[in-house]
Parts: sequence; structure tokens; C-alpha cells
Amino acid sequence: MLFAAIDWGFIFDQTLTQVFGLNAAVYAIAAIGLNVHFGYAGLLNFGQVGFVAMGAYGMGLSITLWELHPLLAVLGGMVFATIFALLLGVPTLRLRADYLAIVTIAAAEIVRLMARSTALRSVTRGAEGLNEFIGPFREYNPFNPSRAYGIGLVDYRGSEFFAIVIGWGVAILAVLLVWTLMRSPWGRVVKAIREDEDAALALGKNAYWYKMQALILGGVIGGFAGMVDAIGKATVQPDFFVAPLTFFFWLVLILGGVGKVWAPIIGSMIYWGLITFVQNLGRQLVDQGIVPTSVMDPSQVDQIRFWIVGATLALLMVFRPQGIFGSKEEMALDAR
Amino acid sequence: MPDDAAPMTIDATGLGAVAHEPGVSKPDPILVVDNMRRAFGGIVAVDVDHLEIQRGVITGLIGPNGAGKTTFFNLLTGFDAPDTGHTTFNGASIDGVSPHVLARKGMVRTFQLTKSLTKLSVIDNMKLGAQRQRGENFFRALAVPMWRSQDREIEERADALLKRFKLDHMRDEYAGTLSGGQRKLLEMARALMSQPEIIMLDEPMAGVNPALTQSLLGHVKDLRDEGISVVFVEHDMDVVRDISDWVVVMAEGAIIAEGPHSTITSNQNVIDAYLGTHHDAPLDLSEEDQRIAEDEAIVAEEIDEDIDIVHEIDEQKRHHHE
Amino acid sequence: MRRRMMAMTLVTFVSLAVMLPGVASAEGESVTSTIRYDDPESGEELPAVGVAITVTDANGEIVAETATDDEGTFLVELPGPGEYSVLLDPDTLPEGVVLRSPDRNPAVVTVQEGQAGRTIFATTSGEGGGGGGGGGITARQVAQLTWEGLKLGLFIAMMAIGLSLIFGTTGLVNFAHGEMIGWGMLVAYLFNFYGVAGFVGFMHDLPAPLGAGINLILATMIAIAGGAALGWSLDRFIFAPLRRRGVTLISQMVVTIGLSLVLRYLFLFAFGGVPRFFRDYTAQSAVSLGLVEITPKDMFAAALSITVLVGVGLFLLLTRMGKAMRAVADNRDLAESSGIDVQRVIRFVWTIGGALAALGGVLLGLSEQVSWNIGFRTLLLVFAGVILGGLGTAFGALVGSVIVGVGIQVSTLFIPPELKNVGALVVLILVLIVRPQGILGRKERVG
Repeated sequence: MLFAAIDWGFIFDQTLTQVFGLNAAVYAIAAIGLNVHFGYAGLLNFGQVGFVAMGAYGMGLSITLWELHPLLAVLGGMVFATIFALLLGVPTLRLRADYLAIVTIAAAEIVRLMARSTALRSVTRGAEGLNEFIGPFREYNPFNPSRAYGIGLVDYRGSEFFAIVIGWGVAILAVLLVWTLMRSPWGRVVKAIREDEDAALALGKNAYWYKMQALILGGVIGGFAGMVDAIGKATVQPDFFVAPLTFFFWLVLILGGVGKVWAPIIGSMIYWGLITFVQNLGRQLVDQGIVPTSVMDPSQVDQIRFWIVGATLALLMVFRPQGIFGSKEEMALDAR
Repeated sequence: MPDDAAPMTIDATGLGAVAHEPGVSKPDPILVVDNMRRAFGGIVAVDVDHLEIQRGVITGLIGPNGAGKTTFFNLLTGFDAPDTGHTTFNGASIDGVSPHVLARKGMVRTFQLTKSLTKLSVIDNMKLGAQRQRGENFFRALAVPMWRSQDREIEERADALLKRFKLDHMRDEYAGTLSGGQRKLLEMARALMSQPEIIMLDEPMAGVNPALTQSLLGHVKDLRDEGISVVFVEHDMDVVRDISDWVVVMAEGAIIAEGPHSTITSNQNVIDAYLGTHHDAPLDLSEEDQRIAEDEAIVAEEIDEDIDIVHEIDEQKRHHHE
Repeated sequence: MRRRMMAMTLVTFVSLAVMLPGVASAEGESVTSTIRYDDPESGEELPAVGVAITVTDANGEIVAETATDDEGTFLVELPGPGEYSVLLDPDTLPEGVVLRSPDRNPAVVTVQEGQAGRTIFATTSGEGGGGGGGGGITARQVAQLTWEGLKLGLFIAMMAIGLSLIFGTTGLVNFAHGEMIGWGMLVAYLFNFYGVAGFVGFMHDLPAPLGAGINLILATMIAIAGGAALGWSLDRFIFAPLRRRGVTLISQMVVTIGLSLVLRYLFLFAFGGVPRFFRDYTAQSAVSLGLVEITPKDMFAAALSITVLVGVGLFLLLTRMGKAMRAVADNRDLAESSGIDVQRVIRFVWTIGGALAALGGVLLGLSEQVSWNIGFRTLLLVFAGVILGGLGTAFGALVGSVIVGVGIQVSTLFIPPELKNVGALVVLILVLIVRPQGILGRKERVG
């Protein structure tokens, strides 16, 4: 039997570990921000990874450069993300939606290039990234770093578990924040602007300002994704923040269902389950020689993720924009 | 209450002594326009020397397709900026004021192609119309008790209006499920939520089936009777006759006639403007190039209008199929 | 088939950037080398100053772009141990100096933990002399950078026209346009080196272009045809059906994003992460023209771009299809109502946009390097050019692109070259604040 050599137990263990792991929490938080942007305010943000980077660098630099208290460092991450939002929003939010898309995708890549540049090396440590900020956070870790902590079938090291708890905590708080806001009159205005900006203007709502607020809110939430990631990995690496990452967040959002408040969390778990399963299976197939190296060598297995993400993103957007669990009727209203 | 089928008597409007000529002054103007000009790439779309809109009456703004009515409307409501010109509202200048500020000052508008917010419920659509909501501030929105009681009051007002416009049975449905005519009603009711002084209706009857037209006209008249000034754009002269106290006629961007409806139909300028326009001849490619250069703005506006109507019809068809 | 290419790349381990685990790297990995040459006049061995070096990691991500110092030495600190490729731009060698073994460029170097990797670039010199100078800004530098900027601007323009026209006729911002550029570049590379055998392995015993590489000029023609075919297919099989289904523009934009990811990583799969050069016309000596030094290939590329752009311009102004394209871009509804077959025009725009992007890609590869993700990096510049000129206008795209190209190159007088693309973004943001419709755009279509 061809598949006999596959270690299914290992694959399932890996998959489950990722479903509840740090990455899933980080992606979920970033996608919650994106949900505020696209799902509720209709803002086409193609550079969410830039906000994530700003959060991570804002927090990291607050400690490495200015030696702030960790809580103030978190504030630093929020400030960085806010500045980034203003920088992108001021020129584009009065214009048609696609201008924001163009500027965000460009700006996010620029953030990465600047962070890794040798010119700013004295500040951002270039391609090496920030590695010396984690100390103050470790002091607050209630878990034993060398012990394993389990949730059900999976377990994590104490050092990582701390970040995972923070990550899912932040994700849930962010969901509750968005839920509260979107049921308030503020959320009503934001949704109205998504539906028709002119109508909102004619009803006395300052559409530009509300869009700016939504951009900042979603951006700061994205910044938290960067901070959680940095705490979990004890490093801020510029090349983590590559452009495709934004579209992984998009896929997470669309999998869960655009404009649904829990969608990013569900979407992120599905995403990480799917991707980890496929990649581990692919790796084993190649390692065992079941897929010959003339077709794909081990180094290429990781590229599969981009094909899956790209294709799924496009197909879902066309055929099931309401997400895996969304209802059809709601989309039928969308005559745009 | 005045007779349902006729405008106010001319004396009741305060316009009895006003001369029937373009740009004439009126006793109690709410809106005054001076020297307003708007050109698109060399083509003058709007060129109005002087216009006063009388308070408390229904003013019909009519003119053949491409006369610049909608552009003029956009200029008045702040959705477009004139090249030159001054506008005052209640005696204060509103030059360069954004549309959302105008709405807060008491001037609301509707759109030719209805802008119901399809993925919001009918009641949420209505509540959006209310001004000065505490919960529309980001931080106060997080503290639910700060806005809860005000929101309830707004909801009560919205329910009353929905009832008046016979939309109460659709209260919790998505606005996207309404028919074309119901959307027009919703848009008008929503505009009323802001308790405006003047309401500007862009072709309120376009795409509405005849059965609903009468009910819409009735609502427009009710607005006037509550003391709200009404301006509406219309290209169909017959609709205008039924409800307008005063008619302003535009052609090629300028005001060519003013007066009660009865004086307008016999006005030679108006007859020429309506009969003289001819715009549906097909173009071939070489003429087309020329035409784009020459008539761009005006023709484009016309087509936008036609397309809006096509959309409206499509939408209605879709609802029939569902 | 593509095995032959993979063998060349020598990539043994690819750890994608997004997968990088948070390992704190040990201090001190670096790669260094000193480049020297024999001055033909004095016979002395001199350091080669200002030679452009690009270090790329195994994933094809650029680690650093730098230049040799006054001693002819470059030192690049690396993020960690692993395999890196060091690419030397032969155009920046002193005049008359070429690499002794151009096929060993880029050099692949494996760096162990804590080690400094070394590469060797041996040079030979023919006639001529000279070399880079240091110190303040000279007229010569300005002139040289302006010329390079002009050249870059022309390439960007070629890619931008398609993007702008696709937007003008359909309202769609095509985020996969970068991959149309990359596609042209890679098709040309493949035919330049391998012929059809690059795709179909068993054919390599056949004569060129089936079994072996062909001259770059012929390969370029094939690439243009390939680009046109890609553009045509994208519209025929993806975007025309989406329009028919009434899929919103925003959804279509997300589709272009998905497409761009799939294509870009297929390129990485097929081509590998290491940037390379075309087989022909790589190391040419520059000819001095007054203040500027120009290689024949660059002169040819610039002349070709100008010819093509003028041709496109005349096509838009004079032919029936060109007029129809402008009419649709200008006002689609009006054009449709006056009997223009809008769908046919759009198909044509995609096709010609694909062809132009492919040609632009080849010229960019010729003037810089061939790599799997250059399309995405260039897309940023294309956007800047298009928005500066006015989204949706063909002639605006041309003007804007040339300004962006020149601006970027000249800006390197004041800012580090690795940050030159930042300038493009600043321009983009300033334009949007000051004049969002761009230089030649109309105000009505931005809001």
C-alpha cells in the first residue's frame, strides 16, 4: 500500500497543534481587523500585513530603543499602527475604494523594505530583526517555560503557551469589541457607508471621518496581531511581513464569512488545519519518495500553500463570498 | 388641509405678487443662488444667474433631459462644487460646505437612483436619518447606557414614520427586499427622520409604478403642509402639474422660465426647449469621437439618467422573479 | 523539462519567509568578497569601486543590495546561516572589464553558523579604463541617473499602459499585472536558454528553438506572443465570465490577487529563487556619449521602447480599434450605446496589455536581472506611474511612468538605493493628496 509509510498520527497531531496554536491566534486577530475594514466599513485593505508589522515594530522598538514598560510598549504598537492608518487614510479615503487598495499594498511592502534596510539598521536591526525585547515580557509569564501545557489532545511549551493564551484572549476581546461597536449607532453608520457613501453623506454622516476611524480600529487590531506574534516568537523579523501574508488573512476572513463577527476565529482555525495537513502530508509524500523528486523536491513543498491560498481565495470570492457557513439570501441582496 | 388634487392657492404660497420671470425675487426665500456655473471639460452644464427658492412651498425644477437639473441639484446639496457662484441657506453662505454638514443644517436630499442601504434592515435605515445621536461617537458607542435611551426615542419616531408611509410591515426586513417604489418611500421617510427644513427630491417618481405614484405625491404634499420646503427635480411635466406651487424650468444649464404651472406650459421658451431637443440619433464611430469631445458632460449625464432608470427597472424585475 | 532549470539553481533548502520560525540567529554570518581588476593602461591591479551586488536568500528574497567600497570590497551581514546567492551586476564594473566566468554569476555560497562566506569574482579587462569616483554630486552622475531613470520610466510606461487601459475599460485594478510582466521575462529566459525543451524535456535533442536556446531577440518575440496569449486567456477564461456573472469589481480585484499569488509561486516553482541573467547581451562595455555612458543593449532597449510606445500612441489615435479603446475607457456606457462591441474591445485591451507587459518584462530583465518575483516589485512602480499620470488614461500612464522612473533613479543621489522605491510611494501619496486624478486624468472618476 502506497500510503502505508505515511505517519498519519504525526500529521493529525501537527494539524491540531496548529489549529489552536499561536499562528492561528495571530491570523485570527489580523483578520478581525480586516473584518472591520472590509466586512463592516467596506474598505479595501490589501496591506494588513503593514499594520501587523507596525504593531510588532512599535512594541519592539518601544523596548529596545526607548526601554519602556511592556504595557507602554503595547501602547507604542497601537500608536505606530494608528500613525500608519492616518498616513494611508488621509490621501485615499476621499477617493474611490481601489486607491486605498493600491496604496495599502504598496505601503505594506515599503514598511518591510524600510525595516530591513541597511540605512535604518541602527534602529530596526535590518534583516536580522529585533530580538532583545522579550525579557520584560517573560517576567510576566505565569507558566513554567520548560513545562508542557496541554489543552485536550495537544500541548505546548510554557513559553509558547503564555503567548497562545494572550493571543486567543486578545482575539476574543477584539471580537467582543467589534460585536459591541457594530450593534451601536456607530456601527450602523459604518455599515451604511459600506452600503452607500453618498446616502450616508446625505443623512448628515461624515463618511470620511467614520472611514478613518474604522481604518484606525482595524489597523490597531492588526497591530495587536503583530505584537502577539512578536511575544510568541521572541523576535520581530522584517521578512515575516511579506505581502502574501495579507492575503492569507483575507482567506481566513473569507473562509469564515465576510462581515460575520466570529468569522476570523473560525476561519483561522480552518485555515491552519487545512494548510498544516496539506503541507505535512506533502512533505511526507516527498520524503518517502511517493512523489518523486523530479516532480517536486522537499524545498518546494512549502510553495503549495501559496497555490492553495491564491486559488481558494479567488474561487471563494466568486462562488461563496458568504463563507463556508454563510447564508445565500444575504448575498443575494448584494447587487453590487 | 388644501384640496388633495391641487397645489395651494397662489396667495397661500406668498407668491401671488411675484412676477413670472427667470431669477425673480421672492418674499421669503430659504435658498438663494447667485452666478452659479459648472463646466465639464469646456461644456457648461449649469449656468444660473440668480434663483430664489420660496420657503414653505413645493418648487418643481423641470427641464428636458440634459438640461443640467441633476448637476444643479448636486451643486445645491454640496455633492459637487461649482466653478463659481454663491449659495445662501437661511441667509447664511453655504459655499463649499460638505453635504453631511448641509444635512445637519436642515437640508436633506434623496437620489434619483434610490440609495436604500440594502444590507441594513428597514428600521436601521430609518434610524440612520436621526441627527445628533450620542451613540454615533466611537467612544460613547462602547458605553451602551449612554445612548440606549436616545436610541429608543429615535426608534419610536422611526416606527411612527414607517406607519405613516405604510412600511411598518417591512420593519425588520432587509431594505434590499423592498420594491422600487417602497424604496422611494423609505428614502423619503428616512430623510424626514432628520427633521429637515428643506427636502430636495431627485425625480421622486422615476421608476415608480403608477399605483404608488399617487401615494408618493400625497406624501410630498403632506411635507409641505407640515411647513417643510420641498424642491424636486422632474422631467415629466404632468407630474409637476399635480403638486408644484411654483415651477422653475431649466434648459441647457440656464433657468429659462419661472412661474405657476399654468403659465409655464404656454411659455414659448419652454415649448422650444422641450421640442427643440433631439438627442437619440445613433452615432457612428467618427461622429462619436467628435461627440465625446463636444458633448461629453451633458450626454454622459443623460445616459447616466437613462441607465439609472434601466437599473431601476431591472431591480423591479428581479423582485418580481423572487 | 524544468528539472534542468532546478539543477542550475542549486537550491537545496527553501524556507519561506512566512514560515521562518523565530530562531534567534547566531551573531556574525556574513558574505564578503573583494573585486579587483587589471588596469589596462598602467597594468596595475585596482579595486573595482561601486560594483552593484545583490545578495539573495534561498527563497529569492533580497537580503541586501549594496556596492563595493573604495577597496573594491563588499560585506553583507546575513540574517542567519544558509545558502545565499550573490549577484554582481556586470554593467557596474569599470569600463571594459568583464567577468572571467559570467556563468558563475550569481555565485552561490553556503554560509555556516557564525561564518563569513566568501565568493570569488574574477575579472578580465579588455581595452578602456576609468572607474567610479566618490565625493559630491557631479553633472555626470545626474546625467547618468537621468538616463537610467528615463530608461526605467520607458519600461514602466510599457507595462503601465496595459494596466491603465484595463482599468479604464473595465474599472478593474489588475493586481496580477506584475505576473504578466514576470511571465514575459521568464518565457524569454526559457527560450533564450532551452527552447521548447524548457517546457517539454524530451525535445532537447531537436534543433533550436525546439531543443535548444535561441537568440534573445527571437525569444523576446515569442515572449510577446506569450504575453498576448496570457492576457487574452485571462480575459477569455476568467474575467469575461466574471463580468457576465455580474461579479462585483471588488470581488474581481480579489480574484486578481489570488491569481497573482498562484502565478508568482508557480514561477518560483519552475524558475527557482535565484535571480539570473539572459544568455545574450549581458556583459557589454558602455559607450561614452558626452556625459552619459550607455551600453548598446540599453540604447537598443530604450529605442525599442520609444518605438513601441509611439506605435501604441498612433494606434490609439488613428486606428478604429484604438479609438474604440479610448472611447470605452472614457465612457463605457456611451460607447456601448453607440454600437461599439465593448467586450471585444476589452478582450483586445487585455491582449495588447499582456503583450506590452511581457515586452516590458524582457527589457527589465535585460537591463536588471531575471527573477521570479520582479513583477511584483515592479508593480509598485507601475502603480505610482499610472496614478501620477491619471488612472484610466493611456497617455497619462506614459507621462507618469517616465516621471516616476527618472525620479526614482535621481533620488538615489540623496537616499540609499535600497530605499529608492520608498520615493515612489511618497510620490503616490502626495499625488493623491494634491491632485488625485493625476496629471492627465479627469476629476470626475476618482470619487
